[in-house]
Amino acid sequence: MGAPDKIKSRDESAAEMAKVRRTLGPGSNPPPASFFGSEVEGLPTEEILVNVGPSHPVTHGTVRFLIRFDGETIAAIDPEIGYLHRGFEKQVEAATWTQAFPYTDRLNYVSPMLNNVGYAMAVEKLIGIEAPPRAQNIRTFVGEIHRICDHLTAIAAMALELGAMTAFLYAVEMRDHWYDRIAELTGARLMVSYCRVGGLARDIPDDQWVPKVRECLKRTLEIVRELDALLTRNRIFIDRTRDTGIINAEDAIDWGFTGPCLRATGVDYDVRKDHPYLLYGELDWDVPVGERGDNYDRYLVRMEEMRQSVRIVEQCLDRLPDGPIIIDDWRWAKPAKTDVYHSIQGTIAHFELVMYGMQVPAGEAYGYTEGANGELGFYVVSDGGGKPYKCKVRSPCLSLMQALPSMVTGSLIADLVPTFDSINMIGGEIDR
Amino acid sequence: MSKKVLAALQEQFGEEVVLKTHSHRGDDTAEIVPEMIREVCRWLKSDPEMAFQQVSDITCVDWLGQSPRFEVVYQLYSLTRRHRVRLKCRVDESDPRLPSVQPVWKGANWLEREAYDMYGIVFEGHPDLRRLLLYPEFIGHPLRKDYPIRGEQPLVTMRDPESQRPVMPGGTLIQLKRPEGVRPVAEEN
Repeated sequence: MGAPDKIKSRDESAAEMAKVRRTLGPGSNPPPASFFGSEVEGLPTEEILVNVGPSHPVTHGTVRFLIRFDGETIAAIDPEIGYLHRGFEKQVEAATWTQAFPYTDRLNYVSPMLNNVGYAMAVEKLIGIEAPPRAQNIRTFVGEIHRICDHLTAIAAMALELGAMTAFLYAVEMRDHWYDRIAELTGARLMVSYCRVGGLARDIPDDQWVPKVRECLKRTLEIVRELDALLTRNRIFIDRTRDTGIINAEDAIDWGFTGPCLRATGVDYDVRKDHPYLLYGELDWDVPVGERGDNYDRYLVRMEEMRQSVRIVEQCLDRLPDGPIIIDDWRWAKPAKTDVYHSIQGTIAHFELVMYGMQVPAGEAYGYTEGANGELGFYVVSDGGGKPYKCKVRSPCLSLMQALPSMVTGSLIADLVPTFDSINMIGGEIDR
Repeated sequence: MSKKVLAALQEQFGEEVVLKTHSHRGDDTAEIVPEMIREVCRWLKSDPEMAFQQVSDITCVDWLGQSPRFEVVYQLYSLTRRHRVRLKCRVDESDPRLPSVQPVWKGANWLEREAYDMYGIVFEGHPDLRRLLLYPEFIGHPLRKDYPIRGEQPLVTMRDPESQRPVMPGGTLIQLKRPEGVRPVAEEN
């Protein structure tokens, strides 16, 4: 039969459809070869408009895709975000500089420490102070632990939505081990609020904690190996991810890509390497890059980054120095409890910090760190008062998400799932 | 760090376009005349010495009470040269518009839509300037300093029983204006 030599009328195509249905018949399994052969190719398709989300499981509950389908092909797609919009920036402008930390946790609840550190470092840049060495060391490795958690979650969700339940369970189990360590350290499993301007909220709990972390690092490497065995050479996984959702390096840069998604296109850019902060400049670790910029490469980059994060955490633990965990300056950090109870200056400093907040000098600063998904920027403006005049989050997902239409238009609906998963959109971060 | 970017900008465009520059804690900032922002960005992207391939962020600061009121802020980054620069444009409240840089960087698309949504800045030449985070019926721009932090916007307008005027929860009386073609749900039933 081949391609139709003229466009069929509606009646003709209906008759054709009926014929195909008859050929299939009830319970005929497998369908006749002719169904996948030439007979179906001549079928006319009609464009339809479909809403995917915001309550569709694949959209993780916070995004809607308005898709125009041509058969199974995506002819046009319009992602719509904003379902989680909490008014982060407005809230922060009404709170003191320190009260903003719990809000930053909620930007990405799988890697809150990275958001904490990003915000704290932007404010520290604005003031012109630096956290003590021990605090910097702890910030570095707790951030890396959360990067591992984030990548585990991204890979687990991607595997689950492509049908790999076991990989999901392994990854989530590992993540829970890490959450236990985080809970011992910070007192909270998810919303840690562990950072402060100029240091940290509290010190490592006891001598047993570091050995437990080392145990978890070993287990992480095992889990990564197991995920590798389950997914990397899995025929189904490769078919779904290889050469789908491709973006080339030039487009990726133009769209504002950063993080694993940019590195998967072969661009070697990592804020930790190119603009070192905390301890990253002193440690020995590598930046993995991909080649094709497809979903499979994004998966591979994340897998390798987890191994590199393990290396970073190990080196940090080896060189963990003693000393204070927050700067000793009562303009920015609350005094120790002994000072509050036994000196009038300490009491006043404590009172002023709690009631009016720290008086950050007027000015502006753009602090940028490497979040789990890419460059996480905080643009903070102060008018000299106790509250931020303006706080803008540069979330990596926004740039990734706006490029989604160019990555999936013209491909099958099935390719939307791994592509959306591999860019790892975080509702809290993109909507703020 | 890289004050040479500011020096090159001043040399290329002169004082009529680059109004003032300053460097604070390693952040280089240049204030640009709003009408020229697209030309400046195009040059910054294409010049091999500058090579700003990425726009990291576009936002706006609302200096309520000052004139011009709004300050549109662009954070640019060069992947090859590894340097950054921040551009600013002051636009007035009465007519907050300036050329879109979307033709220069595709990535400016959603960033400009967000600034439009939150502050009401109009980017001329943007292909698809819609609200990004809020729904189309939303009235006002929530990140402006004069927007109440507890302001709520029900789709069905609430009415003050005495004056029969729409009322905002929290007590402020405001005149709600709906965009054309959007009717409150109550009217349809």
